[in-house]
Amino acid sequence: MNQTTFEPAPSTSQFASLRKEVRDFLEETLGKHYPAAEQARSWTGLDTGFSRKLGARGWLGMTLPRKYGGHQRTALERYVVVEELLAAGAPVAAHWIADRQSAPLLLHYGTEQQRIDILPRIAAGECYFCIGMSEPNSGSDLAAATTRAETIDSGYLVNGTKLWTTNGHAAHYMTLFCRTSKAEDRRGGMSQLLVDMTTPGISVNPIIDLAGEHHFNDVRFDNVVLPSTALLGQEGDGWKQVMGELAFERSGPERFLSSFALLAELIRVVSAAPDRHSRRAVGRLLSHLMVLRHMSRSVAGMLERGENPSLQATIVKDLGAVLEQEIPEIARSVAPVEAEQGSTAPYASTFARTLLAAPSFSLRGGTREILRGIIARSLDLR
Amino acid sequence: MSDMVSETAERLFSAPRTDDGEGGLSQAFWAQISDAGLPLGLLDESAGGFGLTAREALSIARIAAAHAAKAPAAETMLANWILANAGLDLAEGPATIAFGLTLGKDLKLSGELQRVPWGRDAASIVLLTQDRKVIHLSGGWECRHGLNLADEPRDDLIVDCTLRPGRAADANFDPKTYLALCAMLRVASISGAAQAALGLTVTYANDRVQFGKPIGKNQAIQQNLAIMATQVAAACAAADMVAAAFPPHAANEAIFQTIAAAAKLRAGEAAGICASIAHQVHGAIGFTHEYQLHPLTKRLWSWRDEFGSENHWAEEIADAFFSEGDVTPWDFLTRQD
Ligand SMILES: Cc1cc2nc3c(=O)[nH]c(=O)nc-3n(C[C@H](O)[C@H](O)[C@H](O)COP(=O)(O)OP(=O)(O)OC[C@H]3O[C@@H](n4cnc5c(N)ncnc54)[C@H](O)[C@@H]3O)c2cc1C
Repeated sequence: MNQTTFEPAPSTSQFASLRKEVRDFLEETLGKHYPAAEQARSWTGLDTGFSRKLGARGWLGMTLPRKYGGHQRTALERYVVVEELLAAGAPVAAHWIADRQSAPLLLHYGTEQQRIDILPRIAAGECYFCIGMSEPNSGSDLAAATTRAETIDSGYLVNGTKLWTTNGHAAHYMTLFCRTSKAEDRRGGMSQLLVDMTTPGISVNPIIDLAGEHHFNDVRFDNVVLPSTALLGQEGDGWKQVMGELAFERSGPERFLSSFALLAELIRVVSAAPDRHSRRAVGRLLSHLMVLRHMSRSVAGMLERGENPSLQATIVKDLGAVLEQEIPEIARSVAPVEAEQGSTAPYASTFARTLLAAPSFSLRGGTREILRGIIARSLDLR
Repeated sequence: MSDMVSETAERLFSAPRTDDGEGGLSQAFWAQISDAGLPLGLLDESAGGFGLTAREALSIARIAAAHAAKAPAAETMLANWILANAGLDLAEGPATIAFGLTLGKDLKLSGELQRVPWGRDAASIVLLTQDRKVIHLSGGWECRHGLNLADEPRDDLIVDCTLRPGRAADANFDPKTYLALCAMLRVASISGAAQAALGLTVTYANDRVQFGKPIGKNQAIQQNLAIMATQVAAACAAADMVAAAFPPHAANEAIFQTIAAAAKLRAGEAAGICASIAHQVHGAIGFTHEYQLHPLTKRLWSWRDEFGSENHWAEEIADAFFSEGDVTPWDFLTRQD
């Protein structure tokens, strides 16, 4: 049963000065009083200007080799920067996917040309990505994807629809998961293509979420012609590549810090006279976060050593989502408030934004049930 | 070295025993534990230990718990560490830790210590008094027997004695640190028992057939076992987290207290969830005295309340946090690193 254990987490205390630099930068760029309700957007707040500034500071593409515009820093240094950004609720959405998973994907599977063309722009905070996995009839069951890329003389002819594509409207590229050939095994015959979002035949249509905001889209491919150089990695290896990508997608501190702004607001509200109920709640939530941070740093240590942390990442994401979703419930029990979007009272508006985002915490990046299925498989139950 | 210690502990604690009574320690068992040097696990080499990391040493407590071993291995290990730090002689037999009393004039000590782990079996008691002394007692008490749910001795000791000279020293740490150290032991033990309960439960789910297939093939059961696995992982991470903060230093005593507090809270929460899922998956067989799930779950239920329950530590952490006034929650979290 060793699968469920984590290696001891490496310490990040040696990066105290880096932490301080990031904090100073954030105060300078976002101001001393960046509103709590803005912070509560967590990693869905989009500001391309901010992403460029971050790139200019050398805090994007941190682990990439210098020759691709990266900074050859460790996975732990990147961890420190990322968690500082999240804790401050900085608007990181523009570059988030590119920096987190597309850059490692390109580094691993991309051609030299793809790397040279794109990685330096990701590191500069100028080039953004979206993920084209889900479809109308393929959610948890990713292998049911029906978007097809047929081989033609000049490359590929793509038809199909991708759904729930976060930042499809702001992205320069999509990593498209699609079928390139028929296969016996339903996971076979799938490939990843690197899609320039300006290619003719692609239409991006906004989908408004329950909070009334536009983050995700439906993206249609209508006889889209892609060059053969769009292939990412090996034809037919799409399933394996995507699974590797999920280790990056699921492993970070964004999987337990989404409600952090609300916790900080709650603490502010009760701090004048914390009664026993609120002290118990706050002490408990801080404890959970301490342990989750420990687990998450352990995952960063695995990434650093080149190990595959997908199972550990899955465990952190599941525990993290439970906690993130508990925070609004605890907040309303400790400091009752009626949620109101856009309220000038920061607690009420932060509460509203977090509450409305919370259902997605156990859906995006793999649903709770799917994650638990993966964990059950690691226990040899399936 | 570390592998050797875990291997030794594994061999020792997994061997079937016939000399276990209803509570109380088998002398033969203790002799084996002692001969293997386990009571010295937490000590530095200079103090007679083997130079293990705290994580390695605490694996002794974890492994003992996984086998529901009936011996104060963890308590003795910590007792010796406290004694060595206070410059007092080490314990020569099984030892335990207690809190309370005040050292009187002429080295007189009297009063009652409640629910002392393994009190009846202890040759030494390391006592942290209210006037911040560390005392090595090796006699001079009467014992009123008590047990925790898992039949581990939790005895009240009625102390009335005059200390021999050289048996008391000023405490090196804040009293809360000693409680946090004891909590650290229980975190390691909870992680071991929870892990063992998960192993037992998964095996059972794969073996037990209903409706023509192993019950573990049902998604409802798989999902619950996955929850249990995440809780075990959290308890183990909590144990690692506090081990990494050991030993407390003057400069970080408050931080050690907070980390131990968080670890005990988190492991205690995991203990309850794990026990509940383990019993649900086992059905009626797990509810019997015969079947060996209850020694693990009873330990989980007992240990989560010993040396501070979840609520106790939550309040401690909140007090540490709020008492500082202007520190942000994020500062508070990150400076523990
Ligand atoms: C905010 C947000 C952003 C997103 N961004 C992106 C993106 O950028 N790119 C992208 O490709 N996708 C994105 N997604 C889609 C996301 O990956 C899917 O929502 C997710 O994979 C689940 O698919 P589904 O919504 O179709 O639900 P379904 O798969 O239909 O599931 C519905 C329910 O059934 C459960 N269920 C399904 N199968 C099983 C099973 N075998 N056993 C037990 N229960 C099961 C699920 O757990 C869930 O509770 C995003 C989603 C959200 C909410």
